[in-house]
Amino acid sequence: MSDSIAIDAKGLTKRFGSLTAVDDLHLQIPEAAIYGFLGPNGSGKSTAIRMLCGLLTPTAGEVEVLGFRVKGQAEELKRHIGYMTQKFSLYEDLTVEENLRFLAAVYGLPRRDLKQRIDGALEEYWLTEQRKQFAGTMSGGQKQRLALAGATLHRPRLLILDEPTSAVDPQSRRDFWDILFALVEHGTTVLVSTHYMDEAERCHNLAILDRGRLVAEGRPRDLIRNINAGVVEIETASPRAARDCLEATDGVQSVAQLGTRLHALTDKAVEDPAGLIRRALEKAHIDSEVDSVTANLEDVFVAATRLNRHGGRETHAA
Amino acid sequence: MLRRLLAIAGKEVRQLKRDRLTFGMIVGVPLLQILLFGYAIDLDVRNVSAAVADHANTSLSRQLVASTEASQVVRITRSAAGPEELEALLDAGEIDVGIYIPHDFERRVMDADRPAGQLLINGSDPTVESIARRLTQMPLPGRAQPPPLFEARTYYNPERRSPVNIVPALIGVILHLTMVLFTAIAIVRERERGNLELLITTPVTSSELMLGKIIPYVIIGLIQVTLILWVSQWLFDVPVRGHVLDLYLASAFFILAALALGLTVSTLAKTQFQAIQLTVFTFLPSILLSGFMFPFEGMPRVAQWIGEAIPLTHFVRLSRGILVRGAELGELHAEIWPMLVFFTVFMIVATLRFSKRLD
Ligand SMILES: Nc1ncnc2c1ncn2[C@@H]1O[C@H](COP(=O)(O)OP(=O)(O)OP(=O)(O)O)[C@@H](O)[C@H]1O
Ligand SMILES: [Mg+2]
Repeated sequence: MSDSIAIDAKGLTKRFGSLTAVDDLHLQIPEAAIYGFLGPNGSGKSTAIRMLCGLLTPTAGEVEVLGFRVKGQAEELKRHIGYMTQKFSLYEDLTVEENLRFLAAVYGLPRRDLKQRIDGALEEYWLTEQRKQFAGTMSGGQKQRLALAGATLHRPRLLILDEPTSAVDPQSRRDFWDILFALVEHGTTVLVSTHYMDEAERCHNLAILDRGRLVAEGRPRDLIRNINAGVVEIETASPRAARDCLEATDGVQSVAQLGTRLHALTDKAVEDPAGLIRRALEKAHIDSEVDSVTANLEDVFVAATRLNRHGGRETHAA
Repeated sequence: MLRRLLAIAGKEVRQLKRDRLTFGMIVGVPLLQILLFGYAIDLDVRNVSAAVADHANTSLSRQLVASTEASQVVRITRSAAGPEELEALLDAGEIDVGIYIPHDFERRVMDADRPAGQLLINGSDPTVESIARRLTQMPLPGRAQPPPLFEARTYYNPERRSPVNIVPALIGVILHLTMVLFTAIAIVRERERGNLELLITTPVTSSELMLGKIIPYVIIGLIQVTLILWVSQWLFDVPVRGHVLDLYLASAFFILAALALGLTVSTLAKTQFQAIQLTVFTFLPSILLSGFMFPFEGMPRVAQWIGEAIPLTHFVRLSRGILVRGAELGELHAEIWPMLVFFTVFMIVATLRFSKRLD
């Protein structure tokens, strides 16, 4: 089985001064699948990714990526990784083609089929028309496609994408994910960080990070099925009042607004979550429609990060 | 290895071509400096404005006034009634020198013990003062001159034109300024723009990156040398008495030293602004202690020691030797190895300081 593990991290920790950006992370990321990092701003996604690429030295912990120890073999590892940074990091004052040629030379790709490979990449990522355009003048979606073209040009075994779709419209995001699935079919392992639930849902495996900790991990479907709470959907004309009321109710973990509705998470021990909510709202004379629903990924996310905030896991000083 | 090096150098050249400001500096800095030092900072002050009060009004006194003006040191702009008016004109700042010739001028000239006339000099400007004092040494027709103790002969630059002295050293000053600045910015810029995070995840090694960044600037530096030589020959007749090739070689060594210093600065600075500050910081000691501004021999011992560690010191000696004295590079090899040592040390420091990490 160890053959099919692309990334194996044990106790990965990074501190910046007194701040612990990544805290005792244990990960086993399988090959040829998409693994997602889901987490709010500042939860340590980028920091964890940088440690996995060998760009940051971990304060503690061990990482093996593609069978290379990151400590000591980082340089050999770099040939097999494609990394797309959160911020666009190709040269804005070079053209699309020049950027790709530069990367090809730097990765030492064979000269013979260089032109072919670059043409192929331009076509695959719909950049043929932008070929002579300066990277700095391109739109967010085009830049993102160029960055991905650059990160995959040397056919890496592991592709690491740090919030690749933050500047991109929904259609481009779907196209982008189609490309990722195609890459995975060819055996590439993809590690992607995101804020978006719809993206997280498409990952084969998901890790939810909060304040540097891994607070939940698994297949999105399993995470939803095993959510450690009852989920109740509330439709009401006065959501503010309903929220205040429910947050003061025993047995309710959290209340979050999802679109026009509220989602309340109740303790697992509560037997009839909808009943509990309904009674509480009636008592406060708030008109509402209340139903038990199956959880979605956002509920999982809220439940997991809430648990961390209230010290649901014991905090161990490392 | 070579391919990655060339890829980085090529990329650097492309970016440079598109960076109008930097490109302008490559040409602009040398031109500006050479015009500045060639014309404005001409150490021979000429045409100081003067007024004459000639009470003698004889043919000899008029001859004196004419030859004073012919010296081009002063330009006589007006005449005055007497010493009082000369003082008033000095006070008003209309003239810097007043020439007073008393009515017994002819008699005074015959008398070797007494000055024949009087110069009223604006001493608030030291250069004017020293220039005007030269007038007191002017030979006067008919007056017996005491023979001077020594006869001074100036070699190599007999006309004592300052461009001949300044330009050879100025080549070094310009190269130092531009070369250190360009490379100081080179890596910081990649960091600031976020390119570095991508670059260090590629198989590029630190030394490839460092060397790749340097190569284009060596060529740019040599282009600057050509430009400076051409302009200074055309405008100021600065001679090239030695071999031009020797000068290019000397320049190449100096450029390497400056670039290595720039790279080190680049690994120390966090922002481009800091890089520029640090560059200025390295620039001052070089200018002050290299013998460009002040004669090396006149500096205190400690300053000389520091000066010996500065590449510009050695380059100034080399280029003055080659351009003005017509020396050969082989005779001056003692000035080359300090620059090579400097280059090696700073290259190693820069490469070690630049780790392929973000922290
Ligand atoms: N170089 C650094 N020095 C000090 N603190 C840092 C450094 N890099 C990151 N941090 C801190 O570490 C924490 C985690 O940052 P990180 O960038 O990993 O978060 P993230 O999950 O990627 O957030 P985002 O979604 O906003 O990109 C933040 O609190 C951040 O301020
Ligand atoms: Mg991030």
